[in-house]
Amino acid sequence: MFRRLSEIEETNLNLTVDGQGISARAGDSVAAAMLAAGIIQCRITPVSGAPRAPWCLMGVCFECLVTIDGIANRQACLVRARPGMDVETGRGKREVG
Amino acid sequence: MAAGTLRDNYELAVIGAGPAGLAAATLAARAGLATVVLDEQAAPGGQIWRAVSETPVQRRSVLGADYWAGAARVRDFEASGAQYVPGATVWSLARDREIGVSIAGGSRLLKAQRVIIATGALERPMPIPGWTLPGVMSAGAAQILLKSSGLITRGRTVLAGCGPLLWLLAAQYLRAGGTLAAILDTTAGSTWRSALAHLPGFLLSPYFRKGLPMLLAARRSVRVVAGVRVLRAEGRDAVETVVWQGDDGIEQRLSADILLLHQGVVPNVNLAISVGIEHRWDDDLLCFAPVLDGWGNSSIEGIAIAGDGAGIAGVAAAELRGKLAALAAIRALRPGSTMAGLPDEASIRTQLAADARGRRFIDLLYRPAAAFRIPQGDTIVCRCEEVTARQIVETVALGCSGPNQMKSFLRCGMGPCQGRLCGLTVTELMAQARNVDPQKIGYYRLRPPVKPITLAELAALPKSEAAVAAVVRG
Repeated sequence: MFRRLSEIEETNLNLTVDGQGISARAGDSVAAAMLAAGIIQCRITPVSGAPRAPWCLMGVCFECLVTIDGIANRQACLVRARPGMDVETGRGKREVG
Repeated sequence: MAAGTLRDNYELAVIGAGPAGLAAATLAARAGLATVVLDEQAAPGGQIWRAVSETPVQRRSVLGADYWAGAARVRDFEASGAQYVPGATVWSLARDREIGVSIAGGSRLLKAQRVIIATGALERPMPIPGWTLPGVMSAGAAQILLKSSGLITRGRTVLAGCGPLLWLLAAQYLRAGGTLAAILDTTAGSTWRSALAHLPGFLLSPYFRKGLPMLLAARRSVRVVAGVRVLRAEGRDAVETVVWQGDDGIEQRLSADILLLHQGVVPNVNLAISVGIEHRWDDDLLCFAPVLDGWGNSSIEGIAIAGDGAGIAGVAAAELRGKLAALAAIRALRPGSTMAGLPDEASIRTQLAADARGRRFIDLLYRPAAAFRIPQGDTIVCRCEEVTARQIVETVALGCSGPNQMKSFLRCGMGPCQGRLCGLTVTELMAQARNVDPQKIGYYRLRPPVKPITLAELAALPKSEAAVAAVVRG
């Protein structure tokens, strides 16, 4: 769905998304890293369970909410990708307990 | 930068580091004001100069000269002495200019004698059927991916909507070596009539000189479909097909992996409305904009707004309005300041007027059509709570007079985005259903925190003795 421009040096920053290793470039947001790795869907909605992907990438739409290193509901477009980050995509409604 | 390095008090706090925020902070700091810039993004530049000091896109022709002009502005800002705080999410601003800000998971409060809100614009929502499908995103988002990560789309990409950014993105994509399957232009034919009177001003302006080559380049190498009147995205778990109709009413279909939508930008009003700054409906630009004096001062003492958040006027005007707001702050806090190099107010105002003459034509020509602003039926309006146009119109039939009564029925606008992606749609939908002016319908009542923060962050804020006494017994 997305590709790097050919002149851009290789990506060598590694993180995981739902347990799958992906590589990113320093300066990528978590959302950009996911899109570059072909992970378009970042959550399913709490209301209907519909799949969603980032919409605005500038912090206003909140479509890219993911869990990063155990902290839920973080805007993936506002968090820089860091080595070793553990990202989980959103799984809809929160369950009690 | 950790929250701890912030001071408790500043003379000037600027919120946002786009063209207006950078211009204001640079000028104020040079004049000696203790200035802090709180920026939600990771690096200065706002969205238009996004990542300009660190973009991996080093072929300068790709993003163009107007983008690279931002690099000098960022350097000036960095040399000005203003304190820059990236990754700083402002979640509250009070009338006494106390600011609540979250930085790297920690919150704190600070105060400023003057505040300049420079939170800029966001893209107008484009609520067509299927706009929530993965693979459908805003054109601005695609541009951000290009600027900050050097990413362009792969596969069949369709651009749809209207406005200068659509053509700018097309030009940047083509220069970057990307391909576009089609550009579906939704500009309404009728807007030409109102725009025409302003054509001379436009033809003499940089907007024409810079815009025409972009338009021609896109038309040379991409299939451009004008007069699109109906548009939707179809697909199961992601967009697969874009469907449209022109004036002839014949349905046309195109396979697509990515659909990029755009129909102009509108002021990002959440912070300003939450502090109680009066906003009024602008019927030409079809959005709410704050009521300000000629310096950007709002109705609240010491709080000004500069840049597109003060009403959409583009990057050149944003810088000029940033300078005016900074001049007002300098005059208020350093009366009689004779700093050499303070810009001349009259010359700023002359430049602003000239810029506005060139812009008026574009504003009116690209006034988005009602069909793409005011959806019908099962089209989702509130993406967060998945509320449809039909549901909102039904609440009007039940007697709801405005968005604030409606949201208690439907939770519309109460999700994490706090109405940013549905507020204007809801106002216009209810105005149409009630057959009244959008000004009469009004906007969501917004309250702090205007961005979500964790309970732990709130609890960790320093507390006064009075605040503790108010809740602790015994």
